[in-house]
Amino acid sequence: MIGFLGDFDLAEEAAQEAFAIAAERWPRDGVPANPAGWLIATARNRAIDRIRRDRTLAAKTRLLEAPPATQEGVDDVDTTFPDERLELVFTCCHPALATDAQIALTLRTLGGLSTGQIARAFLVPEPTMAQRLVRAKRKIKAAGIPFRVPADHLLPDRLAAVLAVVYLIFNEGYGGRGDLAAEALRLGRALAELMPDEPEVHGLLALMSLHHGRRDARFDAGDIVLLADQDRRRWDTAQIAGGRAALDRALALRGRGPYVVQAAIAALHADDEPRDWRQIAALYGELARLTDSPVVELNRAVAVAEADGPEAGLAIAERLELDDYRYLHATRGELLRRLGRAEEARDAYRRALALADDAAERRLLERRLAELERVA
Amino acid sequence: MKYILLIHQGSTPVPGTAAWDALPDEEKGAVYAAYQALNQTPGITPGAGQMQPPETATTVRVQDGKTLVTDGPFAEIKEAIGGYCIYEADDLDAAIEVAAKIPAASMGGAIEVRPLVER
Repeated sequence: MIGFLGDFDLAEEAAQEAFAIAAERWPRDGVPANPAGWLIATARNRAIDRIRRDRTLAAKTRLLEAPPATQEGVDDVDTTFPDERLELVFTCCHPALATDAQIALTLRTLGGLSTGQIARAFLVPEPTMAQRLVRAKRKIKAAGIPFRVPADHLLPDRLAAVLAVVYLIFNEGYGGRGDLAAEALRLGRALAELMPDEPEVHGLLALMSLHHGRRDARFDAGDIVLLADQDRRRWDTAQIAGGRAALDRALALRGRGPYVVQAAIAALHADDEPRDWRQIAALYGELARLTDSPVVELNRAVAVAEADGPEAGLAIAERLELDDYRYLHATRGELLRRLGRAEEARDAYRRALALADDAAERRLLERRLAELERVA
Repeated sequence: MKYILLIHQGSTPVPGTAAWDALPDEEKGAVYAAYQALNQTPGITPGAGQMQPPETATTVRVQDGKTLVTDGPFAEIKEAIGGYCIYEADDLDAAIEVAAKIPAASMGGAIEVRPLVER
């Protein structure tokens, strides 16, 4: 509808009207043979009526040229409509929109979440979220953000923007708000269906599925359980198998991008113990080259520590300029503890604790610190 | 749709400055060639003329009927506008592509792409 009308608000209103008509007619006259087609055709006719009434909207002349369809004929009209979700996702995730607006629009239009649900998920008042959506829709219209799949030479960058939005939604849900993670997975599956030949799309779906499959085991009564200590019986094996299948698809498409590499790492973490830390370290090395991210280097330090001992891992961690990053200090604390340098380990954990604001994370760090004090 | 592309020079070297003189000749040539190509792009209406540097600007305000005149541009020198053109394009993606080809965008400045109200 949005693609046909070129207007988010008009499409939304028309769809609402169509549902209202359905609620009135279907119980009386019976459900039509093709309910979705009926709804779309009805909404389209309503929108055309609206535009006819408001002829000053010259921008919408495209619609007026559409063949008139009468309400009575709705059941007979051609009710196959193109799937325009892909165009929609590229519009919602256009880089000319602010990231938080991209996320909100994607959830609203593709995820079908209500404004209230999105507001609650992102811990902002509902009027703020409504305003954010209004502003974004207004900009799409006024600035001429196109409703189409970008041309080939733009596609890699624009696809990366779409995947980043979906992954942000997933990570927002990973902290505990499960509906967002599930919503991100649904979006990921839809993208994989719409872009079956893009390895990074499958890579992202694999990454999210592998993480999500371990979700229930990550917490025990609200406390964080590290991977090595997780009860694997609480893993969602179907979800993890789905993740591995998506990764295989990405690799078969010769994917070597950042999401594919991260998914490969997540798959190795889901293997039986002992994990292949040397391979994990090598993949983090690859990812560090692709992303140039010190956070990735820190993860490599952890893997190297497992493969070659804490000394080697610490040497990498100490080189990183991540002084305000709590995981750097937590990692240093852990490696120093293993090396028997209790004093320095305590200092590092205290730094981490000073930077951590999540309650579960703080408890984990406090546990570690208490263990060290006992030893001392 | 019509867009105005506002060229913010930022730290872009501009003719008449030491930074510009320090550029190798082929780079200066490339900048002139890029602006020439821009002005010849179908859909582009070049600005009315080349602006003198922002240091030569005078800013005028009227307060309580009195005209107040100050030296320099309204924005900071670094944020001042160094030029503009109008581009008639199908959509924002096309306008972004043209904006990215303006030399200032890759030499320390930025291009602001603003849609014009349709009449």
